[in-house]
Amino acid sequence: MKIHEYQAKQLFRQYNIPVPEGNVAFSVGGAKEATQNIGSFPVVVKAQIHAGGRGKGGGVKLASSMDEVQTVANEILGMTLVTHQTGPEGKLVKKLLIEAGQEIQKELYLSLLVDRATASVVIMASQDGGMDIETVAEETPERIIKVHVDPLLGIQGYHIRQVAFGLKIPPVAMKQFGALLSNLFKLFVENDCSLVEINPLILTSTNKVLALDAKLDFDSNALHRHKELMGLRDLDEEDPLEVEASGYNLNYINLDGNVGNIVNGAGLAMATMDIIKNAGATPANFMDVGGGASSEQVENAFRIILADEKVKAVLINIFGGILRCDIFAQGVVDAARKTNITIPVVVRMEGTNVDEGKKILADSGLTLTSALNLSDAAQKIAAAVN
Amino acid sequence: MSIYINKDTKVLVQGITGNEGSFHARQCIEYGTNVVAGVTPGKGGQKMDDVPVFNTVKQAVEQTGATASLIFVPPPFGADAIMEAADGGVELIVTITEGVPILDMVKVKNFLSTKTCRLIGPNCPGIITPDECKIGIMPGWIHKKGNIGVVSRSGTLTYEVVDQLTKLEMGQSTCIGIGGDPVNGTNFIDVLEAFQNDDETKSIVMVGEIGGSAEEEAAVYIKENLTKPVVGFIAGLTAPPGRRMGHAGAIISGSSGTGAAKIKAFKDNGIHVCENLGQIGQICKDVF
Repeated sequence: MKIHEYQAKQLFRQYNIPVPEGNVAFSVGGAKEATQNIGSFPVVVKAQIHAGGRGKGGGVKLASSMDEVQTVANEILGMTLVTHQTGPEGKLVKKLLIEAGQEIQKELYLSLLVDRATASVVIMASQDGGMDIETVAEETPERIIKVHVDPLLGIQGYHIRQVAFGLKIPPVAMKQFGALLSNLFKLFVENDCSLVEINPLILTSTNKVLALDAKLDFDSNALHRHKELMGLRDLDEEDPLEVEASGYNLNYINLDGNVGNIVNGAGLAMATMDIIKNAGATPANFMDVGGGASSEQVENAFRIILADEKVKAVLINIFGGILRCDIFAQGVVDAARKTNITIPVVVRMEGTNVDEGKKILADSGLTLTSALNLSDAAQKIAAAVN
Repeated sequence: MSIYINKDTKVLVQGITGNEGSFHARQCIEYGTNVVAGVTPGKGGQKMDDVPVFNTVKQAVEQTGATASLIFVPPPFGADAIMEAADGGVELIVTITEGVPILDMVKVKNFLSTKTCRLIGPNCPGIITPDECKIGIMPGWIHKKGNIGVVSRSGTLTYEVVDQLTKLEMGQSTCIGIGGDPVNGTNFIDVLEAFQNDDETKSIVMVGEIGGSAEEEAAVYIKENLTKPVVGFIAGLTAPPGRRMGHAGAIISGSSGTGAAKIKAFKDNGIHVCENLGQIGQICKDVF
């Protein structure tokens, strides 16, 4: 679960991780009030959306007077911000963060994440702060410091020293940096984060270490033990159909194509999307109804997919293992009747009681097309939309 | 021979009195698996059908000699159940549970490095040696005894592959789902090594998906260490970056974990790549 920069910085404050003075604002008036509270210029006006690259997209601006704050806030609030992470449709800006401007001596990069291969928490740091870390990793991998922390041991002094000396932190700021990294690790573990990223972490002209940006991502599987974090979820930042699907325990992701698809199991769902593409059509979504989906799940999945106006045809691909095909077929028929489907639907079923399942579909009187196998299903669905 | 399990494997089921636990324990027993015990804290002394239930794994192992465990507990208790099994002397721990927090798995993995047991999963369909032993939730009847080893990160996708193989009269030695989580117990390389050393396995099907770099590492391992032919498939070539595709581990982060990179690694290392899932059975027939 992602949260906004201003929320991440509130959490940083709770863990004594230094951040610039600042406040969130939801209107131009609020932006002016936040500026007044800061009491000095310049201030930075930052769009709050769940995507990186905001500066390049015009969502971060400096203001040196109250008039400028008004102009800039007016400009950014309500704009549709397009960055490399938002997709071409962009995201509507509804919130701003107003912060005191800083005199920057040096920009650094610092992040914590779980390393899959070594099953440890890894600290990543670089002197090339403010840049896209992917680019740094690709072009100058030697400029990235990686320190693995044994989860049973926790962060030790030597871990911190490796990072600090690697970043060439000046002696005068060493103690402060050590506390920051140690607190950041604590925040990561105590809140079940999957990513904490500060880009840039700055060294000010007076040798203070400060988190100028903050990005936090929590492990959704661990939210059951962090009820307080649930309040930080911003539904405005999520696709409404995806929000609805998550309420029914469906794994759904809205995509650009026009072939809706319903599949049981994540791996098979991905492979089904690939097969649609292979046949010359494009998937409108990823939809995993779970390995042993019920007919109610199928009905909900149908409704969500049909609510997407891009969808011109639907492919259902089910491997019935524990879930029997006859029961599943009945679910499809019921769902099709209730949702009044008017677009072509191709059904490919395999597994337990498949013949009974096919008979139920054939006898239903609905215009469902049965497919013989996966390849046949792909061709039929591509023919339906092309 | 087969790998990890055979007809003599004695199995205990953690969470046997729950809905899923009891359903799948019965399915395993029906398939012929030797389920000797169940564990549900607080229900020790009861029975699930004819299977005795114990309060702790330690008691179950001591009194029945179980060597493998099948875990169905809810995700918040997954890590605890795995560590209890490891501490209780279980040699093979198969965890079906989906949704164990990743930092829990990080701890578990480090704890297990001090033990000799093997963990399969979590978030996996389990392991089956056809006609001998099924420790998992896969439909047993689609499998057929034979000489192909199957290893995969997915559940239903594996069933699809196995079904195509069986329909073309190609049986399997052992089929393993290693799970869709980013941090798991047994990885591709562990299984590939075991298949290479197993006389009964003559060829291998490896099913990967986007996210992480396990497939790339396995591909290099295959080139350097395997003499048996391998057919590979990768799911998720059309998946957008930055989105979790159902499985917690199936996510493209920046430029790493893409399907294209994995396919390239397969091709560069002599693995026969299947690009269309509908054809995987036929490709195996042609290659093997």
